[in-house]
Amino acid sequence: MTDTEAARSETLELGEPIIEIDDLEVNFAARVGLVAGLMGKKGSDAKAVDGVDLTLHEGEVLALAGESGCGKTTTARALLGLIQPQRGTIKFRGKALPRDTRSLRPFRREVQMVFQDPTGSLNPRQTIYEIVAEGLRIHGIDEGPNGETEEDLVAQALSRAGLRPPQRFYLLYPHELSGGQRQRVVIAGALVLEPKVIVADEPVSNLDASVRGEILALLMKFRDELRISILIVTHDLGLAWTVADRVAVMYLGRVVEIGPTEEVLLRPRHPYTKALLNVVPEAGEEGVIRQILQGEPPDPTRIPAGCRFHPRCPVVASGRAAELGIEDRCRGEDLQLQTVGDQHFAACHLIDINQQP
Amino acid sequence: MTVLRAEDLRVTYSTKGGDVPAVRGVSFEIDKGEVLGLAGESGCGKSTIAGAILRLHSPNTKIEGTLELEGEDVLSLKPGRLRAVRWTGASIVFQGALHALNPVQKIGDQIEEAIQVHGMATQKEAAVRAGALLEQVGLPPRRKDDYPHELSGGQKQRVMIAMALACSPTLVMADEPTTALDVMVQAQVLQLLRSLQHDLGLAMLFITHDLSVLVDVSDRLAIMYAGKIVEEGKASEVFHAPQHPYTAALAAAFPEIGDTRFRHRPAGLGGDPPDPQHIPSGCPFHPRCERAIDACQTVVPELWDAGPGRRAACVHVAGAPSLESVGS
Repeated sequence: MTDTEAARSETLELGEPIIEIDDLEVNFAARVGLVAGLMGKKGSDAKAVDGVDLTLHEGEVLALAGESGCGKTTTARALLGLIQPQRGTIKFRGKALPRDTRSLRPFRREVQMVFQDPTGSLNPRQTIYEIVAEGLRIHGIDEGPNGETEEDLVAQALSRAGLRPPQRFYLLYPHELSGGQRQRVVIAGALVLEPKVIVADEPVSNLDASVRGEILALLMKFRDELRISILIVTHDLGLAWTVADRVAVMYLGRVVEIGPTEEVLLRPRHPYTKALLNVVPEAGEEGVIRQILQGEPPDPTRIPAGCRFHPRCPVVASGRAAELGIEDRCRGEDLQLQTVGDQHFAACHLIDINQQP
Repeated sequence: MTVLRAEDLRVTYSTKGGDVPAVRGVSFEIDKGEVLGLAGESGCGKSTIAGAILRLHSPNTKIEGTLELEGEDVLSLKPGRLRAVRWTGASIVFQGALHALNPVQKIGDQIEEAIQVHGMATQKEAAVRAGALLEQVGLPPRRKDDYPHELSGGQKQRVMIAMALACSPTLVMADEPTTALDVMVQAQVLQLLRSLQHDLGLAMLFITHDLSVLVDVSDRLAIMYAGKIVEEGKASEVFHAPQHPYTAALAAAFPEIGDTRFRHRPAGLGGDPPDPQHIPSGCPFHPRCERAIDACQTVVPELWDAGPGRRAACVHVAGAPSLESVGS
């Protein structure tokens, strides 16, 4: 293989867009206490998502990462039509999502959610068979595309999710299964509808270490064999490294960096991405004092002016931004994503002056 | 100086369904100023050990073997002395700390109470000490008048750490202290625990399933499986060059970013952790082990030498006796 061929094989080839999120904004209304309300006080709304553009391509695994409160789960929920956005559009295969529940139904079959807590998302009084078949019944599906019966479809989904032989699980209840098996039931429940997209919110964070890999391998298999697109919402960049083709990093309701996994995680261009990478525990770096952002996760009811990361930004705090003459812009000038490489975008004033975080 | 010594520790829970052996013969020592990391999946017995050290288990739980805290036999302590040892000898930071604070009591009062219960100080001195402790864990002393709901998760965990330090214990145990916290806050709390441990010269038992966190904070690591230690040694060596296949699987579950071996190849173990009431014969890990040979079904492995300062309970390690001599 020549050098140019090698370089080309490394560039990421993305399929057709399957979901396009454009300028999404989701606010949560502020709540004030009764007395404060009577006195005419008003709280400030929380801007959970504040202008997010994101595209998920066919057969792609995209990781959406960030701290709690950054808006990653809200973005995922809006994408599923579970939350009505204040602004922006979400398109599935080029068609904007309708706003009423009834017309959303066909879409909901195509896009399935896998929640993080398998125990909480399974009905303890239903058998595994009932749980997996429920989706089919809700969508009024009596038989599969090739004349399969409901039982065939349930058996196929359980078996694809790694619960074999499926018949052994039909009459069991969730409490009779291990945590890993429960997560597989949740996945089977999503798979039975033959979705095109799976949205997985922290799919392994409640699972034991040795089981995590298996569940992730399962998701990878669906992508490879069934060409399902997967959006993984996670705070764990190590997980993103293992499974994702692209990584999007969110901060206070915005995507601040997005690109191919190798680029974003090995050559980050936003100081926040770098800060997140700094706190991934890593052995072998004994004695290295890592920079850890201090303070609490930011508050979406008070989004700072300028670059929204500037109050916590190490580049500003260390005085480097002032030295480079961009501090005023960091504090006063809001900014959009800029191209920093092939498919790689970041929103930082350092980029204009060609500096690394 | 050895702060904690466990010798052939066995803990058996008594349940309606019969006895459940949760810890099945575990030996280890922790020196002053040393951090021992204890890793393993849920149900492996790691939290049970912490409970045994503070004697937190119900009376019908059977604890056998030796457990010495600063030379004193923990298992035969009289109730009065036991109360003194809790918090002054050994204390614990729980994983559920976010719910462990009394919601209707100011946090300062809760810390003072921990000091006063042990008769270590007058009310005035306790108040001063509580303020100093809050400062030590990175909270402004004026926060002592706050109620738990006014604190964030990370701040509550800091209060729990302050309480654990209140009576200047020699051993602090941390059981999944950062599991429920956000990434950045988790890093802050770990940094705090590490610097306190270092500054105060504490002996520490750090328990979590997240091997990557453990390597970061521990001097030595012990990996548990089905109630026994299956590998031990210097933390970075155990993580980077695991000798036991189970350790290798745990380490692979938390790959380092940039490690191309795991890119698009999530590694996992098949099967589930064993039921403590039906532990497989021979090596308890053999049904899930990729390297299992016939002998693994019958030979019960012991912690054999696996290099300098390393021991592992696997027939494949260098120090394992030849299979003919141990075979049935």
